[in-house]
Amino acid sequence: MHPVVSTVLKRLALGLVTLVFVSIIIFCSIQLLPGDFGEAILGQAATEETVAAFRRELGLDKPAVYRYFDWIGSVMTGDFGTSFSGRSASGVNRARPVVDLVGPRLGNTLFLASIAALISVPLALFLGITAALWRNSVYDKLASATTLTTISFPEFFVAYVLILLIGTLWPIFPSLADVEAGMPFWERVYKTMLPSITLTLVIVAHLMRMTRAAIINLLASPYIEMARLKGEPAIRVILKHALPNAWAPIAAVIAFNLAYLIVGVVVVEVVFVYPGIGQLMVDAVSSRDIPVVQACALIFAATYILLNLTADIIGIVSNPRLLHPK
Amino acid sequence: MTDARKSYSAAAEVGFVRTRRTRLARMWIELKKAPPTAIFGLAVIMFYIILGVFAPWIAPYGEAEIFPQPFASWSSEHWFGTDQIGRDILSRLIYGSRNTIGIALVTTLIAFLIGGVFGLVAAITRNWIDQLISRGVDVLMAIPSLIFALMLLSIFGSSAWSLILIIAVLDSTRVFRLTRATAINVAVMEYVEAATLRGEKLGWVMRREILPNILPPLVAEFGLRFCFVFLTIAALSFLGVGIQPPTADWGTMVRETANLIQFARFDLKAGLTPLLPASAIALITVAVNFVVDWFLHKSSGLRDEH
Amino acid sequence: MSTEKRSTPLLKMDNLHIEGFADEKWNPIIKGVGLTLHRGEILGLIGESGAGKSTLGLAAMGFTRAGCRITEGSIFFDGVDLAQKPERFKQKYWGTRITYVAQSAAASFNPAHRLIDQTVAATVRVGLRTEADAKRDARELFSALSLPDPDRIGDRYPHQVSGGQLQRVMTTMAMSPRPDLIIFDEPTTALDVTTQVEVLMSMRKIVEEFDTAAIYITHDLAVVAQMADNIKVLRYGREIEEAETRAMLREPKEEYTRSLWSVRSLRKKAVKSDDIVLSVDGVDAAYGNRIKVLHDVSIKLPRGKTVAIVGESGSGKSTTAKAITGLLPPSKGQILFNGTALPAELKDRSKEQLRQIQMIYQMADTAMNPRQIVGEIIGRPLEFYHGLKGKAQEQRVIQLLEQIELDEGFYDRLPSELSGGQKQRVCIARSLAAEPEIIICDEVTSSLDQIVQEGILKLLMRLQRERNISYLFITHDIATVEAISDEIVVMYEGAVVEQGIKDDILSPPHPDYTQLLLSSVPEMDPDWLTNLLKGKEAAAAV
Repeated sequence: MHPVVSTVLKRLALGLVTLVFVSIIIFCSIQLLPGDFGEAILGQAATEETVAAFRRELGLDKPAVYRYFDWIGSVMTGDFGTSFSGRSASGVNRARPVVDLVGPRLGNTLFLASIAALISVPLALFLGITAALWRNSVYDKLASATTLTTISFPEFFVAYVLILLIGTLWPIFPSLADVEAGMPFWERVYKTMLPSITLTLVIVAHLMRMTRAAIINLLASPYIEMARLKGEPAIRVILKHALPNAWAPIAAVIAFNLAYLIVGVVVVEVVFVYPGIGQLMVDAVSSRDIPVVQACALIFAATYILLNLTADIIGIVSNPRLLHPK
Repeated sequence: MTDARKSYSAAAEVGFVRTRRTRLARMWIELKKAPPTAIFGLAVIMFYIILGVFAPWIAPYGEAEIFPQPFASWSSEHWFGTDQIGRDILSRLIYGSRNTIGIALVTTLIAFLIGGVFGLVAAITRNWIDQLISRGVDVLMAIPSLIFALMLLSIFGSSAWSLILIIAVLDSTRVFRLTRATAINVAVMEYVEAATLRGEKLGWVMRREILPNILPPLVAEFGLRFCFVFLTIAALSFLGVGIQPPTADWGTMVRETANLIQFARFDLKAGLTPLLPASAIALITVAVNFVVDWFLHKSSGLRDEH
Repeated sequence: MSTEKRSTPLLKMDNLHIEGFADEKWNPIIKGVGLTLHRGEILGLIGESGAGKSTLGLAAMGFTRAGCRITEGSIFFDGVDLAQKPERFKQKYWGTRITYVAQSAAASFNPAHRLIDQTVAATVRVGLRTEADAKRDARELFSALSLPDPDRIGDRYPHQVSGGQLQRVMTTMAMSPRPDLIIFDEPTTALDVTTQVEVLMSMRKIVEEFDTAAIYITHDLAVVAQMADNIKVLRYGREIEEAETRAMLREPKEEYTRSLWSVRSLRKKAVKSDDIVLSVDGVDAAYGNRIKVLHDVSIKLPRGKTVAIVGESGSGKSTTAKAITGLLPPSKGQILFNGTALPAELKDRSKEQLRQIQMIYQMADTAMNPRQIVGEIIGRPLEFYHGLKGKAQEQRVIQLLEQIELDEGFYDRLPSELSGGQKQRVCIARSLAAEPEIIICDEVTSSLDQIVQEGILKLLMRLQRERNISYLFITHDIATVEAISDEIVVMYEGAVVEQGIKDDILSPPHPDYTQLLLSSVPEMDPDWLTNLLKGKEAAAAV
């Protein structure tokens, strides 16, 4: 088998194994719940029968291994179980399936993250590459100082400064990003503008710094000096000699920052009351709605793993040592 | 060049001679050469430490002292007004430095204790123990830590100690990786081999040969991890699942006063109120980052000298 | 060379000053050096670390590395002052009229492109030849440089070709546009001696064939003597002297120039002895149960004598040291110390057994803990083996410092405050502190300048006379072997080729490998390579 194929397959298998382990950890979390949580969910007045029925529904009377496969099997078919909320002591069950809660919100979050990524990735790459090329120039130093400051800011600080300035004092964009299903596309974009800008500002700083470092590292290679000594014009040095070797580090940097974006999304959604999966998760944590928390955690973790996997695979297929084995 | 030596003398050979000074004197010289950003960072950190330690004497009112008027505007009595149940914001900001920084500091210390010990053990043994811990850490790090923390908090509940322990354990994975990597780099050095060949015990090798040489990167990492932990806790508190009231905490304060921002057009000062605790958070992370940046520059610069 | 060619120099540098930025200030690297080179001439630039020879070589192209600047002087190439021109202008010269051969070919080829494309890139870019023509020419050059499979080697990627072959491909790349001037920057330093001689032959041949001018930068006088018409000696950014190669070797004007081959002037008289202190007896060793690296190695070390283990990288000489010290327990055979077998594993050996065999490393930098002062470094074995503490320990450390020709002023210095030679001396003192019978020296002088090497070797020999210490001296450098050893062990691919008294090994008849190894070591004779080439051609003609 070609080394590239076998390495990619190995990496895919590793990703899958990681995902399995992560799912086990997330599953185990429910086992750690204190014994009386049934009462906590259903309320003090819950009768013994309702609590018992609830425990039976969760399958707590069966062995853990069986329950894991049961759960993961359902997850595979898109069934994340039933929410804890909406239950009552009397045994009346108005709880909704987790999928119905998560589904539309996942779409919203992806929408927000995509807009932020579409703005920030090209912008940061441009800034990072130019700063690396004009290293130690005023532009570079200014960019370095600014980004060092920006990466230290918590997301909500950036968010509230933006709300204060362009949400309240000079209301350009709405500070409540209450998008709804069926909203026209551009209105949706308009409503998500402030959260997108917040995320962009946070990501651009990180992404730019890391791109700059990666490019400087690359430009220090002896073969770049050799290319210059062969009289190659600057633009050819970059396009022909640096770029083919830059895919792997740049992909790694982008993946790392998109992964960071998913985390940032949680806080930003809460600030702007944006109906996304991050806010859903925070609400579920507050109300200890474990099935929803599990579903959200699994989705976040899977995205995270997938991003890193993609970066690694780009690194593998752009590596000449693997593409052209001895 | 006429000074080509006719008689060779080893002692006269030029080395990188430096005047020897006491540690304190060297630090003072370094400090005088520090860039303005680092000076600013150090000053801010000192300021926060003083605020935190002497909070009860500096703060005009008590941490949880409630006044009759909630959401009072800025006045000479309450410089930054009061919050939603009538507590003095300035006092809570001052107490907040003690609580927020204190909890982040304790968390980072625990993270370093766990990660550092396991990292050293893994680097020294390099056998199945190392494999086991390393693979475990890989899996833990495959889950974004804020998400993992949220999940664990939903199970264990949001007490200060569960917050500290959860974040410390999650963050120790990164400390583990760094400690292990740097310790392995040092462990393959010939001076470690020389000590092993001499017959030195493992404990001595770790204490005298390895530890002193992995400290500088770990110190820099401590600063960065502190920032990260601090921001994570602030974020969790802001989300309402971190440090719980009535303890004064900046993240929680942002959350509690956030609605005031809508009134900025009518009363700018009120609109600024939620930004005060947010700025307090931003300021200390910027300060620590500046100092760490300087330190990293310093310690990598020292290496170039050799 | 005709006089007409000589009239206008191809390259003329005058009073050149170059500075480099470090520690927040500009420091001089080149302090007013001039240089004149005519068409078809080869100039050797020689100097030790920090002499500024690479900086000067690159400056001949009008190129300075990042963080360096030309502050004064001129670089006239074919009548144009490159020092005054912008990079955009100089690019017309680089890669076509002036080309460059770097030290590390492996790092200097772009991993993403095929060798042949990189070889002809500059030639094709400026339109000197069509791509097909340039490639055909490159294949001919590959063949002329005796690269294997010259028609297809160019289709490979850099990582698919060995270091010596890459260096020859880079020479082809430099020759492809038929430049006026080639800069060779230590092109053979990273190669093994038997590979080096092949690359040297190739470069000589091609430069002579096209009558190209060249600047050849190296720290090895014997190598440059084979290549250059004239040699310029640099030190600390200044010129020591410049002379015609033969004249310089015969009678250098400056004392410093002579010190560049000082190790070659040392020669210990070999003494035979049958009083064996250490014997390695039929040892096999493997890394991780699989890759066998030592095959039935047997070595005998007589008391108070020096046995040199010679071999190229991968010959197993350092692995043998690991087997002796117990770091890599042998899978077969044993190590006998004074007639009794030592436990194979390090952890099973007694303190006394450990004390008797000490080790000194090539890189003194990494052999000392950078956070301990000299007093602690030397004091620890005193405390560990002999229980010396406090004042007694300090006094003994100072005695040891005096024995290695340093003084008590060094007691509280950190390793970073010592020069290369002083560091190695402190390492010697550390092993002396144990009062061992045997010291294993692993390439201890390889990374030092010649004059410092000489000092260290003399010190080691004096200590041997005074204390009857036995040395197992691992090295790849034949000059060092001649200087210090009584007996020689030749190793190749993990096995001993032969062991014997120095004079026997160094004089014929030789086993094949020893013959190849010895004949590959450049001699201080400018005709050495020529004779070797003639010999090869004669052998090929038969």
